[in-house]
Amino acid sequence: MPKVKIPPVLRAQTGGESIVEVEGEDVGAVLRGLADAHPGVGGQLFDESGDLNRYVNVYLNDEDVRLLGGLGTAVGGDDTVVILPAMAGGGPTA
Amino acid sequence: MKAPVSGADLIARAKAEIEEVQPTEAAAEIESADVTLVDVREQTEFEERHIDGAIHIPRSYLESRFEQFVPDRSRRIILYCASGIRSALAAKTLAEDLGYEDVSSMAGGITLWRDRGLPVVTPRSLTQEQKERYSRHILVPEIGLEGQMKMLDAKVLLLGAGGLGSPSALYLAAAGIGTLGLIDDDVVDASNLQRQVIHNTDRIGVPKTESARLAIEALNPDVDVVEHHGRLDAGNVIELLSDYDVIVDGADNFPTRYLLNDASVRLRKPVVSASILSFDGQLSTFVPYEGPCYRCLYPTPPPPELAPSCGAAGVLGMLPGIMGLLQALEVFKLVTGAGDPLIGRLLLFEALGTEFTELKVKRDPDCPICGPNAPQIADGDLGKFPDYDLFCAG
Repeated sequence: MPKVKIPPVLRAQTGGESIVEVEGEDVGAVLRGLADAHPGVGGQLFDESGDLNRYVNVYLNDEDVRLLGGLGTAVGGDDTVVILPAMAGGGPTA
Repeated sequence: MKAPVSGADLIARAKAEIEEVQPTEAAAEIESADVTLVDVREQTEFEERHIDGAIHIPRSYLESRFEQFVPDRSRRIILYCASGIRSALAAKTLAEDLGYEDVSSMAGGITLWRDRGLPVVTPRSLTQEQKERYSRHILVPEIGLEGQMKMLDAKVLLLGAGGLGSPSALYLAAAGIGTLGLIDDDVVDASNLQRQVIHNTDRIGVPKTESARLAIEALNPDVDVVEHHGRLDAGNVIELLSDYDVIVDGADNFPTRYLLNDASVRLRKPVVSASILSFDGQLSTFVPYEGPCYRCLYPTPPPPELAPSCGAAGVLGMLPGIMGLLQALEVFKLVTGAGDPLIGRLLLFEALGTEFTELKVKRDPDCPICGPNAPQIADGDLGKFPDYDLFCAG
């Protein structure tokens, strides 16, 4: 089953899990499956029209899905989907 | 047994037996004819100054090394030392014992040469103290004396003297980065000390730039620390960045990160960027037009609920230590040209699993800052974009 890496800011919605296994044929199906299992994640990932929010980067293994087939990119059982929001933290305060 | 002879007599005899040339004659020969000029003084004398084009074979190594450098016995050779004595004795050895046929000693040595107004070169070198301090770098072939000199010449600006800036500043200072600029408007707080190791308990309440300077100066007096106590803003970013070769981004908020990106692309300055949250770190090196910029990776900042600061969310102290040191490593690579910097690669580190993951980042052809169709942006508008007001998560 494909794995999804959950960033720290979304772990509250996944019960603290940093890796969640979700069934799905493509990236969109995997992420929607994640959102169904963990309500609260979906609102952060998708905009009102169901597209990925631009501030969320999603990678299939090490490639940005926007440069592959977007949400329609096929996902295999051994693949990892990485959800990657920007993080600002460093050391206060520049 | 031979009758004893005074040193002065020995030198006088040697001078009588060998050929001597005057500095002006030597200079003319060097310019016109095929001649090998050899400096027979000690290492430190040669390093201080020598005649351009001279090869260096100290007199003490004459017998063991000369043939390696000058295998042809009929070659025209001019030797020099400081005043013409050591070169006279060396010329005698070369002619009588080693069979060189056309050897001269330059009368008066490099001292008379300089008195005649003839040019010398003064190669840059490290002081004895520096050679000792950086000996473990110099021993590494990928660094060597040359790499160490590059580090001593480098000017690196650290944005933030906090969690990430503390370890990078300490290790960059220890490594001999010649100039370290520090931008931070904060003062040391007790809650910083769990991770900001450049500061200490005695300096609670002291501006971080000053506290960091004190630590760096105690560690390595070679480093010139430039304090910029204040915030980076659109009004000072261009001027501040202009003086530096590499920027280390350890900022704690998105507006500063976008501002830094936009200005660094304009000035074509590489930025080593790291960020941390709880147990997760991210790291990449943005070299303008060579790889993606920060906006290619993150075109839009997340809303505040997805971008808590370390102050609000907490962070394990070792995490910025690891990420800040990786930043220092990237600086080393950029400055010396060694290795492969993280250009177009985003490194993720997850501390609890001790897991490193690398993602590919490509240049965005539609990037509003480094893309081919990027518009001209006025200095005052750097770091801004339409939803600027929405993303202040600092």
